[in-house]
Amino acid sequence: MLLSYRLPREPSAPRVALWRRLKRQGVAQVSDGLVALPADARTREQLEWAAEEVVERGGSSSVWLARPSTAAHERDLAATMAADRAAEWTELAESARAALDASPGEQRSTLARLRRASRQVARRDFFPPPQRDVARAALRDLEDLVAAHADAPSGRTR
Amino acid sequence: MRWATRAGIHIDRAACAWLVRRVIDPQAEFVFVTDPGDIPVDATAFDMRGVELGHHGARCSFETFLERYELTDPVLTRIGQIVHEADLDDDRFDAPEAPGLDAVLRGLSMTGDDEATLAVSGPIFDGLYEYFRRSYLLGHEPA
Repeated sequence: MLLSYRLPREPSAPRVALWRRLKRQGVAQVSDGLVALPADARTREQLEWAAEEVVERGGSSSVWLARPSTAAHERDLAATMAADRAAEWTELAESARAALDASPGEQRSTLARLRRASRQVARRDFFPPPQRDVARAALRDLEDLVAAHADAPSGRTR
Repeated sequence: MRWATRAGIHIDRAACAWLVRRVIDPQAEFVFVTDPGDIPVDATAFDMRGVELGHHGARCSFETFLERYELTDPVLTRIGQIVHEADLDDDRFDAPEAPGLDAVLRGLSMTGDDEATLAVSGPIFDGLYEYFRRSYLLGHEPA
């Protein structure tokens, strides 16, 4: 599934907003003004609304159901997406591990933030890399630690 | 009146249909189309590309409905924030209800057709409305 788009160079705010939106959806950039997502009902809807936004901002866009002519290129695209997610999962795992040495209060707030981040990455993780399991394990360690504080009488805050 | 939207409805379209029946047109009849070319001429289309009652700027279709029909009920505004986050998930609003509602609606679309989804989601939105109406009146979460 491809979105081809052109937006005026200025003002730059709509371009930035669009790019942020596409990044959140986990697109792979094929070339300038051309991004790809695996095709399903949800990604199709996402790209169609993004296309609409481009038109509303004075640009032009089209959405395509396309297939690379070689399997190798398709694999490359999937690998690019997996690598992007792997970097996000790795960062998440590092934050979770760093929080193991923090104060109980900080651990709780970090856990809440990382849980949300994890849900967001999972939503755009179309080709889950092994780093996902590493991140989830790190998050579980943090969860267990926070739960242990809550169970310990000294850790009670209420 | 007849109203048309894309088939395979999810949170935004289900919420819009509920809003239409509850506030705008109690006799509303819904038509679900896969191709924009199939919209009946007498029907008002919503949550489709290129129509007035769709996504505009950062708004989802439900929010567009609220603005277009000048619905300023704060309870509807709150439901609009939940629908926005369930649909767009862009952290514009604090709506912890959104991921759960999103999962419920996605599941409904897997177990039944669009009519069945509306039949179930209608009472769900009625319940949400009552819950937020009471919490608005009380100033805190109702028991």
